[in-house]
Amino acid sequence: MSTESQKLVEMRGITKRYPGVVANEDVTFDVEYGEVHTLLGENGAGKSTLMKILFGLTPADEGEVLLRGEPISISSPADAIDARIGMVHQHFMLVQPLTVAENVALGLRSGRRPFTDLDVVSKRIHELSEAHGLAVDPSTEVWRLSVGERQRVEILKALYRDAELLVLDEPTAVLTPQEVDDLFVILRHMVDDGRGLIFISHKLHEVMSLSDRITVLRNGRVVGSTTPAESTRESLAEMMVGREVLLTPRKPVLAAGRPRLSIRDLSITGDRGAVSVDNLSVEVHAGEILGVAGVSGNGQRELAEAIAGLRPVDAGTIQIDGTDITRATTASRREAGLAYVPEERMRDGAIGEFTVSENLVLVNHGSSEFAKRGLFSHAAIRKHSEDKVNEYGVKTPTVDTPTSSLSGGNIQKVIMARELGVKPGILLACQPTRGVDIGSAEYIHRRLIEQRSEGAGTLLISEDLDEVLGLADRIAVMFEGRIVAIVDAADAKREAIGLMMAGVLDD
Amino acid sequence: MLKKLVGASVPLLAAVTAFFFGAIMLVALGANPFEGFQAMLEGAFGSGERIATTAVRATPLILVGAGISIAFRARVINIGGESQIIAGALLSTVLALNAPDLPAILLVPLVLATGAVGGFLAGAVPGLLKAHAHVNEILSTIMLNLIMVQFMNYLLGGPLIDPLQTSAGTFIPQTERLSDNAALPTLVSGTRLHLGVPVAVLAAVAAFVLLWKTPLGFRLRAVGHNADAAKAAGINVKRHITYALAISGSFGGLAGSILVFGSEGQRMVTDGSAAGFTGSAGFNGIVAALFGGLHPLWTIPSAFLFGALLTGAVQLQRVLQVPASLAVTINGIVVLFVISSAKLRGYIEGRIADRVTESEEPPDDPGPLADVAIGSLDDPIQNPIDSSDGVV
Repeated sequence: MSTESQKLVEMRGITKRYPGVVANEDVTFDVEYGEVHTLLGENGAGKSTLMKILFGLTPADEGEVLLRGEPISISSPADAIDARIGMVHQHFMLVQPLTVAENVALGLRSGRRPFTDLDVVSKRIHELSEAHGLAVDPSTEVWRLSVGERQRVEILKALYRDAELLVLDEPTAVLTPQEVDDLFVILRHMVDDGRGLIFISHKLHEVMSLSDRITVLRNGRVVGSTTPAESTRESLAEMMVGREVLLTPRKPVLAAGRPRLSIRDLSITGDRGAVSVDNLSVEVHAGEILGVAGVSGNGQRELAEAIAGLRPVDAGTIQIDGTDITRATTASRREAGLAYVPEERMRDGAIGEFTVSENLVLVNHGSSEFAKRGLFSHAAIRKHSEDKVNEYGVKTPTVDTPTSSLSGGNIQKVIMARELGVKPGILLACQPTRGVDIGSAEYIHRRLIEQRSEGAGTLLISEDLDEVLGLADRIAVMFEGRIVAIVDAADAKREAIGLMMAGVLDD
Repeated sequence: MLKKLVGASVPLLAAVTAFFFGAIMLVALGANPFEGFQAMLEGAFGSGERIATTAVRATPLILVGAGISIAFRARVINIGGESQIIAGALLSTVLALNAPDLPAILLVPLVLATGAVGGFLAGAVPGLLKAHAHVNEILSTIMLNLIMVQFMNYLLGGPLIDPLQTSAGTFIPQTERLSDNAALPTLVSGTRLHLGVPVAVLAAVAAFVLLWKTPLGFRLRAVGHNADAAKAAGINVKRHITYALAISGSFGGLAGSILVFGSEGQRMVTDGSAAGFTGSAGFNGIVAALFGGLHPLWTIPSAFLFGALLTGAVQLQRVLQVPASLAVTINGIVVLFVISSAKLRGYIEGRIADRVTESEEPPDDPGPLADVAIGSLDDPIQNPIDSSDGVV
């Protein structure tokens, strides 16, 4: 039936317009049997729109979709599933209190209705697990599973529905490097079975290692298709952004200075009442970027919140430039020289309803520069804001635009402009480039290195190991609330750090 | 642009619809709705005296409405207007009783200031409870309304009662006639238009200035929009939640002293219920604020509209023999429509926003749908810093 030349899926001349914007313009994209075809592009390049069209979540204005050589109309996810298209979303769609088998069976017709047939489901899950190396126990509740295991459940759901074409939307965002390797083995195995796979990611080294073909989208159009053999990370980045990009920031050699941030024996209780930071000590010096590597949920967030004064500590001390600030308010920590770029930028970093200008002065709006005799000097605020917007290249129609209408990268630039504007002694930067386009990320990295040159101490908390490896002078690996190792970035090996992030230490 | 248009037209539509329902009720009562509305118009604006009465009726609504706008901007809901009016009235009455001989030039500003202080304190209590003990401010402010009414009844029937009432044995719960030096001067002779009216308008302008021209207002709005980000930026969220309720309360308190010292009787009197003294201004002020889009400046015309409704109703009763409570009903229907239209507006604005942003890749968070109701009430004027240039 399937001839050599026949493709598993072909999307031809897909165009999708929204008022004022063309999300996809004449996009042609196909997947052959037994290949991983990566869709690469910045946020807003049109990857998601294309996948939404494929999965029946939104109709295309023009173009056609051919599945196994036949034109097909997919107008809902149910149609897509019937057509054996599966989608693993970036955010897991699992019901936590239910077991793996129950989650897999959810939405499917039981063979024994009105009763469930979970034993049949479990048996089939066992078979699929063995066939594809997806070790997971069908009778376990989902909330007990690790993030990597949950992802396997998502893949199992698709396999159980006999998906032949699988779309994986940024599947590695939450995984450790080892889990990523495991996932790739599984995905390879599925492809060897003759399935087709669409992989969406912006982590270039993963794209290079997994893909058979790579298609790059920019501004809704296909920029080009290539293969890993014909490309480098740099060339892919250039295709995505449209200009040359410096992926590994260059940083001058500096001698480490005096300690600026000293944390001693810090213990913190997390939200669920468990110990989340356990007797942790670390120092950040002037002119140093200390990178904290770790899988999320190992106490990094709590550590950052404690340093920022947003979470009480149980024991231990935090000092900035020798001054104890363990119990100080956030405002007085900021006065002591702390700047904070929070992990959740729209929750903690910026006020969406506020204008760009208002967010730029959120911290120091009361200073004499902006307020005289209790009244704002709007002219001064406007001038400051326009200067910052120009300096940081924030793309916004005006400084009076509501911040929530900006892209993630531009919002992050606003936050960086505000936090670095006060010439901090200590910069606490959490996931500074997560979800940020490559161009903005490059810029943010450059600013972080400038801070370092100016003698600030930077604590960089990031789940992006490439970022930590590229920026940090020393790397502290955090696991279960403790720093299990601190290594010089110069001697750091990606694999070794990955193992330490998973709690594996060679003695 | 489109959004602004929708924002402005929806409350007007709500008012028109409410009057349409009012017309149906008039017909049901056997009256001609056109005659009815004409009577109301005449009652509210038919003569200088009537306009003055309308303005006086609007005064506490302007104040309570402006105060509530401040609280709402900090995302604190103040239903305690009644208690704050009473607190302001009581405290300023006590002052006037104890310092009757101060010259008017001192005593008038002093009683007004004391009223504001009384309201500030009555607002600070639920503020502190919310900030430090997570007590829901809607419940605590409503409860405080009940408590303050009874406290007023106790004081006016006991410690503050007019000695004449005791000696005559009539025991009407009211104070003695307060010093004339404290009376708010009449601005246009032959009408009831007194100093309280311009004071209220100025106070509403002050509320606007506070919210959009001062660092304190900036922090209140920051806390209201996103307390987490405000906290991370170093703003003391608990303190500003307390401020929001207390400042909001001070406007109610000012209204309380204006009610006492702008009254014809020049004394504080209770009939035992809340409405007897306040005329439900603590609640009607919320209506005026909502109708004004929770913007202090828009609260001024909005309050005048409801003031007109209240004075017009009297004429309606007189001419058509229709119960004046019809006005209260229309009042209520406006509230229903404004509030449900806020949802409608949120929906329409959401649709407009969707069409603009759908082209972007979907954000991680589908967006705070739950916030639509309050969020859309939030911004009749989209861009405060920008719009302020146009308004003032």
